[in-house]
Amino acid sequence: MRSPIAALRAPRSTPAPTGPRPFVTPEGVDLRLAAAAYADRLSAFVLDALIIVGVLIGFTILAFVAAWGFRNVTIGADGAFIIWLLGAFLLRNGYFIAFEVGPHAATPGKRLVGLRVIARDGGRLTADAVVARNVMRELEIFLPASFLLARGQGVDAGLIGLGGVVWSGVFVLFPLFNRDRLRLGDVAAGTMVVKAPKVTLPPELVAERAVDDLVFSEAQVDAYGIKELQVLEQVLRRGDRRTMADVARRIRVKIAWDGPTDIPDRSFLSAYYAALRARLEARALFGHRRQDKFDRP
Amino acid sequence: MAELQLKSARFRAEREAEWRRLESLLAKGQAGAGRLRPDELLEMPLLYRQALSSLSVARSISLDRGLVQYLESLCARAYFFVYGPRTRALERLTRFFARDWPQAVRSLWRETLAGGLIGAVAGASAYVLVRQDPDWFYGLVPGALASGRDPAASTAFLRQTLYGGGHGAHQGLDLLATFLFTHNAQLALFAFALGFALCLPTAGLLAYNGATLGAFVALFAARGLGFQAVGWLMIHGVTELFAVTLAGSAGLSVGWAVCFPGERSRLDAAVQAGRRGALVMIGVVVMLFAAALLEGFARQLVQADLGRYAIAAASGLAWAAYFYWPRRSRPA
Repeated sequence: MRSPIAALRAPRSTPAPTGPRPFVTPEGVDLRLAAAAYADRLSAFVLDALIIVGVLIGFTILAFVAAWGFRNVTIGADGAFIIWLLGAFLLRNGYFIAFEVGPHAATPGKRLVGLRVIARDGGRLTADAVVARNVMRELEIFLPASFLLARGQGVDAGLIGLGGVVWSGVFVLFPLFNRDRLRLGDVAAGTMVVKAPKVTLPPELVAERAVDDLVFSEAQVDAYGIKELQVLEQVLRRGDRRTMADVARRIRVKIAWDGPTDIPDRSFLSAYYAALRARLEARALFGHRRQDKFDRP
Repeated sequence: MAELQLKSARFRAEREAEWRRLESLLAKGQAGAGRLRPDELLEMPLLYRQALSSLSVARSISLDRGLVQYLESLCARAYFFVYGPRTRALERLTRFFARDWPQAVRSLWRETLAGGLIGAVAGASAYVLVRQDPDWFYGLVPGALASGRDPAASTAFLRQTLYGGGHGAHQGLDLLATFLFTHNAQLALFAFALGFALCLPTAGLLAYNGATLGAFVALFAARGLGFQAVGWLMIHGVTELFAVTLAGSAGLSVGWAVCFPGERSRLDAAVQAGRRGALVMIGVVVMLFAAALLEGFARQLVQADLGRYAIAAASGLAWAAYFYWPRRSRPA
């Protein structure tokens, strides 16, 4: 049996394709998950770090208030310190693990950015894998950070600081040097971070045709291909008046429109969209997907 | 009507209700799988497979990109729900302590032996060095850790650190325990994570840990306090050193897998070792917690040397029996 990771890897001879990785479910459908972009990962981590620091500050205030309130009791101040020490430890190590083991497989930062952690082989994301990928974070970020924060004077401290910067530089930039944007922890744990945005179902554009009597000739609907159709879809969904006017003008020129000129741009565009989609889908059913306008039939 | 002629629009009109239903069930289930009623749970895989087939059909017949993107996102979410982890937290916890953790530790016995040996050799050499020339002590133990317990200290002071609250009387025992726990746990996590860099840093860390210990024992032995110092160290040290050695051995196994992956690819080998190591590490943190409790409380409360030795021996036996006692590897 081929190993699951080998199955994900494209054959060496073909150039590495950019874009979604094949990710085939047991039912045999490719979900085409895309590896998360480096910038997204970074912003998710910064968000998480901010949350952790915020909670720690909140904890500290709470602990001090508690210590102040219980100052007659002998364990008061020490108890608050224990809360702080344990809280800091638990947050630093447990925050990522607890959230990534949960049903969303993502920390709050990752969820906000629209990412989630998956097992690279497509199987279940186990707790072991989550722990492994997060323990590695110690090595990548917190170890050099603690070198940087360590008190010290003179050349030694400077050298150690420099070493810390170089060290974490290597690991922080590590994801940029592989296709799946794997961090060292991902490599060790067999995980991967993918884009998993929550997409809402947009309304059907074909249903909104206001003007039914616009008829386009065959030559007119053959002017464009799938790429242009989908750009038009985007324009219609966005609904920006000036863009629509501009696009409608260009299409009228391109297809040499000689029908009624008093129809609003949006109605014209959605009528043309419906006609173009009908044409392209019908041809696709017969086996010819026309990619763009240069793809001559 | 023109849109009825459009197959993709008709297809969407027919299936949309199912997708919406799946979406609402997913939202409910992700808030907590317990919220789904049994019949809803049974419905989920059916809806999921229908959505998958819708996705395949939509990809081939529909040029509506918004629709295809929606279905891709919906199917991915449903996939992770349907094939997500299903065990309950408590169940997982029991299985971890009853089977997974001891098994993982047993499978690392070679690395554990190697890690223990590294620490022991380093400790023994540090002992010999410091006995011959006490100045070595300053090179082996950082000043912050020694906190006055160095060759310049008086014997009375050293004796007092063994039996008084050595770390300063103003600190409570519970605070001390917490501090020691977080410090040691962090150290152990480093020892594991560093293993990825081809074993060497982990071995270094283990050796350093052993050397510090050896130097300490040598310092006390020079004043005729060796027996007492070992009792002072070992009451929690058995648990703690075992934990640190296990952490190191998990790190070593990852580094070893990267160096010598055998028949597997280097990446596969690292993944396997990394996951097993992570399993061991969860347990190591638990062990260190126990060690910190022993160190913070038992050591201060039990002042008799023989009592300390008894606790040390008992904890050592308990861990050894827990990990290495022969048992059926898998319930039938």
